[in-house]
Amino acid sequence: MQPPRYTRTAIVLHGVMALLIVAGFGIGLYMADLHLSPLKLRLFSYHKWIGVSVWALLLLRMLWRSRHAPPPLPAGMPAWEQTAANAGHLLLYVLMAIIPLSGWLMSSAQGVTTVYLGLWPLPDLLAKNEALGRLLLTVHRILNYALLGAVAVHVAAALKHHFIDRDDILGRMFRLTGATE
Amino acid sequence: MKILVLALLLVGAGAQGAEYRHVDVTHSQIRFTSKQMGVPVDGVFHTFDADMAFDPQAPATARGQLRIALASIDTGNREASEEVIGAQWFDVKRYPMAQFEMRQLQPLGAGRFQISGVLSLKGVSRPLAVDATLKTSGAGQAVMDGSFVLKRLDFGVGGGVWDDVGVVANEVTVQFHLVLEP
Repeated sequence: MQPPRYTRTAIVLHGVMALLIVAGFGIGLYMADLHLSPLKLRLFSYHKWIGVSVWALLLLRMLWRSRHAPPPLPAGMPAWEQTAANAGHLLLYVLMAIIPLSGWLMSSAQGVTTVYLGLWPLPDLLAKNEALGRLLLTVHRILNYALLGAVAVHVAAALKHHFIDRDDILGRMFRLTGATE
Repeated sequence: MKILVLALLLVGAGAQGAEYRHVDVTHSQIRFTSKQMGVPVDGVFHTFDADMAFDPQAPATARGQLRIALASIDTGNREASEEVIGAQWFDVKRYPMAQFEMRQLQPLGAGRFQISGVLSLKGVSRPLAVDATLKTSGAGQAVMDGSFVLKRLDFGVGGGVWDDVGVVANEVTVQFHLVLEP
């Protein structure tokens, strides 16, 4: 019997969101200290579009997950490791939800409407307030460094399962062949 | 015909209350909206003044000048406000003022006028025609409102790396709200 796998939809959503998050994080880190230029304006927009995309995909992913339970953790895992894995995944979900939101709030407070793909304006969540904008920038940064830490642990744990425990944790999230839906 | 025009001029000159000569700058506004990557960005010019000889009853003789101190721009973002007074944008060191000279006023009915004249900006002068409304208000004042779309590259505003209209659109909507007084 085949071991339980993630669905193809879950695999694709995980992969696409991972790429978007890495790109969004890298652009955000690079653009923050740029002097004003057309490149800076482009990167700010791309960064925001990535954030909106991640947020929309996250909603889709949670909807999918609510109807397709993820495969159980390997039976041999100690209880504390299972708790840590579940808590880590929950933390990743929470950060993926609130980081784009904090960026959207910051952009609103800075008086800059977020226009998805340059076409669809999102409502401004806050009135323009420079001090609040600076505070939200700090919040956005701290949350992103928290995400960097959480992702580092997430990747390290996956690699530990693959190379030390030699279970199929990695394969069930990356191997599309044989996955259902 | 000449006599008729002369008579109108005399009537216009006689009707003191209807002629406007100044702008109440504290209650007037010149704003603009540009688009960056599809995002509308609002700004304002704080310092401007105007003088005119303008009687709505005698539009043919209307004359006026509006001057804007470009360094008074506020784009809503400090870094952008500092950037746009620089050489690639307004180059305020060489061209501190923008000027609109009204040369013709054409009534369109129902308090609407077409204002024609010449806009001079960054060493470039081009004809400009703008639709505006005029409403009399208390204390012998009148309020003139209107807007027009200006193409910044027609005046070389935002050159060099900034001429990419995919980042900052060429079209800039300018809105004016002028309180005219005798």
